[in-house]
Amino acid sequence: MSDELFKLNIDGQEVEVPRSYTLMQACEEAGAEIPRFCYHERLSVAGNCRMCLVQWHGAPKPIASCAQTVGDMRMNPDGTPPNISTKGDYVEKARNGVMEFLLINHPLDCPICDQGGECDLQDQAVAYGRADSRYELNKRAVEDKNMGPLVKTIMTRCIQCTRCVRFAAEVAGVEEIGMISRGESAEITTYLEESLTSELSGNVIDLCPVGALTSKPYAFNARPWELRKTESVDVMDALGSNIRVDAKGDAVMRIMPVINEEVNEEWLSDKSRFIWDGLARQRLDKSYVRKDGKLTAVNWGEAFEAAKTALSAPAEKIGFVAGDLIEVEQAKAALDLARAMGVQNTDCRPAGASYGTDGVRERYIFNPTLLGVEEADALLLIGTNPRKEAAVWNARIRKAWLWNELKVGVIGEAADLTYDYEHLGDGPDALKDLFQRDSEIAEALRNAEKPMIIVGESVLSREDGDAILAAAHDYALEIQAIKDDWAGFGVLHTAAGRVGALDTGFVPGEGGADTAAILSGGMDTVVLLGADEVDLSKTGDATVIYVGSHGDAGASKADIILPAAAYTEMAATYVNTEGRVQMTRRAVQPKGDAREGWAIFRALSDVVGRTLPYDSADALREALREANPVFAGLGYAPGAAGAEALKQKISSSGSVAGGAPFAAAIDDFYLTNPIARASKTMAECSLQKQGLETVMAAE
Amino acid sequence: MLQDKDRIFTNLYGAHDPGLEGAKKRGAWHLTREMLAQGPDWLCDQVKQSGLRGRGGAGFPTGLKWTFMPKSVGDRPHYLVVNADESEPGTCKDREIMRHDPHLLIEGCMVASRAMRAHKCYVYLRGEYIAEREALEKAVKEAYEAKLIGKDNVNGWDFDLYVHHGAGAYICGEETALLESLEGKKGQPRLKPPFPANAGLYGCPTTVNNVESIAVVPTILRRGAQWFAGFGRPNNTGTKLFCISGHVNKPCNVEEEMSITFRDLIETHCGGIRGGWDNLKAVIPGGSSVPMVPAEQIMDAHMDFDTLRDLQSGLGTAAVIVMDKSTDLIHAIARIAYFYKHESCGQCTPCREGTGWMWRVLEQMVIGDAHHDDIEKLLDVSKQVEGHTICALGDAAAWPVQGLIRHFRHEIEDRITQYRAPRALVQGHTVAAE
Repeated sequence: MSDELFKLNIDGQEVEVPRSYTLMQACEEAGAEIPRFCYHERLSVAGNCRMCLVQWHGAPKPIASCAQTVGDMRMNPDGTPPNISTKGDYVEKARNGVMEFLLINHPLDCPICDQGGECDLQDQAVAYGRADSRYELNKRAVEDKNMGPLVKTIMTRCIQCTRCVRFAAEVAGVEEIGMISRGESAEITTYLEESLTSELSGNVIDLCPVGALTSKPYAFNARPWELRKTESVDVMDALGSNIRVDAKGDAVMRIMPVINEEVNEEWLSDKSRFIWDGLARQRLDKSYVRKDGKLTAVNWGEAFEAAKTALSAPAEKIGFVAGDLIEVEQAKAALDLARAMGVQNTDCRPAGASYGTDGVRERYIFNPTLLGVEEADALLLIGTNPRKEAAVWNARIRKAWLWNELKVGVIGEAADLTYDYEHLGDGPDALKDLFQRDSEIAEALRNAEKPMIIVGESVLSREDGDAILAAAHDYALEIQAIKDDWAGFGVLHTAAGRVGALDTGFVPGEGGADTAAILSGGMDTVVLLGADEVDLSKTGDATVIYVGSHGDAGASKADIILPAAAYTEMAATYVNTEGRVQMTRRAVQPKGDAREGWAIFRALSDVVGRTLPYDSADALREALREANPVFAGLGYAPGAAGAEALKQKISSSGSVAGGAPFAAAIDDFYLTNPIARASKTMAECSLQKQGLETVMAAE
Repeated sequence: MLQDKDRIFTNLYGAHDPGLEGAKKRGAWHLTREMLAQGPDWLCDQVKQSGLRGRGGAGFPTGLKWTFMPKSVGDRPHYLVVNADESEPGTCKDREIMRHDPHLLIEGCMVASRAMRAHKCYVYLRGEYIAEREALEKAVKEAYEAKLIGKDNVNGWDFDLYVHHGAGAYICGEETALLESLEGKKGQPRLKPPFPANAGLYGCPTTVNNVESIAVVPTILRRGAQWFAGFGRPNNTGTKLFCISGHVNKPCNVEEEMSITFRDLIETHCGGIRGGWDNLKAVIPGGSSVPMVPAEQIMDAHMDFDTLRDLQSGLGTAAVIVMDKSTDLIHAIARIAYFYKHESCGQCTPCREGTGWMWRVLEQMVIGDAHHDDIEKLLDVSKQVEGHTICALGDAAAWPVQGLIRHFRHEIEDRITQYRAPRALVQGHTVAAE
């Protein structure tokens, strides 16, 4: 649409706005406040609540400002700009009437409603409604619907704004919420009253302007004004979605999204949103040492003494393995300690991975940026299922596919990604063919202005991982995906801590063993930094020291447990898959004896007589920035700045092994890390997904 | 009074053969090829000159509406959609056309499609119209077989006609809800703009016309725009099908001259008012959605768009509902209010919530179990619905109520007074509310 300017006279004030603006946007430009329920800037316009009515002088009826495009408006007969009033009796009467209609069948059960205190209907009723009710008849009641373990419904409160319907159809890409019946019998329901098959279903809770859709796990737990709100960063996937952690006392009560246009827009995946009950379960809140085969709670001193003994083994017999959720500070402190002791056996990558050692950061980060997919015209996904691995970004791919006609090709698992794509093959063979291939997506990629080639991190753990990375990069060079202002090649990670750990250099040192080697026996001592997603069955007689927050696979294998803080309990640095450096904040105190990971290693370094040169988090971060300047740019993703480094061909010793298809990186979306496995809510979701009866449903 | 020689629908009562042969004898499909050859500009111009106003209720000039379509076909095809979802209570004119004179409609569809450069036309039939569908489909088959329509037909304009059967929702008679329904979605009105002429069926330029508006066009073109414009009063020209029901001696459907007076219409065709003219109480002149007009105002009024608008009512679909003095007007309007409550699509707030509220208050008023200030409240609620909705159903629900209060407020007051007289302060809710 033309973005020529259009003049309007709003409340006596002349404003000039682009013709593509809606009248609502124009009014806001003029500083007027327009009430609304159904309108949401990230959803299509429905125009059904009729709350945003304004007066257009000369028009026979009040105008729904959300649905009126400025460019469609006429000048006054005398050629002056149209006069709009957002105040005055006429408009107030119209809004007052709509408000009254919304309230006549609304239960007004605010005192027992979880939305109370943050309810659009409540706020706008105060601002635009009547003081009393003229409705003396019985109110309508609507039966509640089952929407699964996450979303609680009290449908009598629903005002039929259809935001949830539009979100499901447009953003989540699952047409599973709809309005059935008509007139005053109209009801919102999910298809066959089942929970949404979307990883983003929790967002309907935020979208619902009333208390019809609320959070089931949070129900009746707290009032918004009692909560301490801390803005932080999510670690459930490698996107680094911005979140707000709401806590009461020392408990996290809920997690909400914070708008960051470059990362998560204003969405949050269900795992990120509902993980919080896992933060209070299965916690390691004391140190433990295994005595006579049994883990026994001890104090820090005793635990450190045991650790000192374990770490007195020869340096080449000690290995450090970092897990998926590791924060940069801990990785740095642990790595520094390892090197100080002469240990070269350090790794943060999954077993089998061999990337990230050539010192070129661009080869393991997501260079095109998450936002970049909105600019891209063709996208190739290799061995990744973004719907499970990066649910929020998947919604952005869908958005680009829907509105920008993005073409998508997939090599790997042919899963339902909520958008159409061309499936090129299951395994690396398809990648080899791609150069000669004659297909729609191959052509689109070749002709694209801004093509995007994304390799899933799980691919890189294959035996032929580096060969595939090299082949994919060759292809990216071939189709000119790397330009001066566009770096269309990247790796989509699944672990929040991986890129940060790689940035600290947490890879095998000179002659050091990698994860697979460290965990395959032969070590005297293995230090696990929250490493639970690795195979621990072959560690043999090694003494295992586990540093982490949750009692999971690693802790049950451990001989010494040092309890660490979880991501909501510390200020810590995380680097997302794009290489964007972000920081969490402390929302609640660490549980029991738990300490921040870096502090544990700092204390341990004292015990083993290799005192690290920093004694505060600030000093540690100073050291981090000195070692690697990327840590200085908080909130910054390099994106196209990395294009130059990517122009160099990646050399690979191996060759693509051939047939074996790419395996799914994530089997169960809801259970990918120790916090999620501790969460009852996530267990419910997982059971539900498998079609099993859940505890809540049985209750 | 309209003479027989000037009737367009000469088989309105089904006395003759509705098939192709019979229709041809009555003049249908005569000179169609020549009309089409004149081209879109001539066709639109003729219809404009005839003064034909849309017969679906709103009375928008048909020829002008056709000119809103793009002047040339771009990458999106043009469509004609015929609204045969005749659901307005009291209205039963289109069904007679489809049952007894379907070829006039089919020919009209073809001519109108040529005028707006469309090669495809959809007729959206009301769900309850089974016999009408059978009759129309039979006629369409005949026309295809005679190569009157279809690809490479004898009339020289490729043209396909599809009959689509609705599922029986009043709201699907609203043009954009009709398009949604035709596309296979839930029949809910769209926001306007964009108007259908810009983005209609499947996002392509579309014009939606009433059955009668389309069916009269071939005859207008055959007999000349001036002939049609010669009937009625300025700006309200032509002949019109009136559907007279209620308390007249002989309810009927009849084609008459526009602007005929109410008295002439009833005397000539309906055998007068039941019980004589003194027994007339009120008339709903254009289908259930227009406000009623009391007897003294309607008796000698011209039945046309402008006169009835000045009487704060409307010609609507010309479904004249006559009510004599035995009628409980409050009950009648309560029944109409129930209809709108039942048929509201539920999409936008004022209509969804307001129609039910109005109906319930009216039901109370039927027995008188209300307060005197409830009347003012009801009027206020109706005004909160009117003009605040996406489509015109909100207006249609509000107007009958407003008409009742405007002209017969005293009846409601009497009813309430009567009801309350022996019950003063006995009713529980009365005490509680005051």
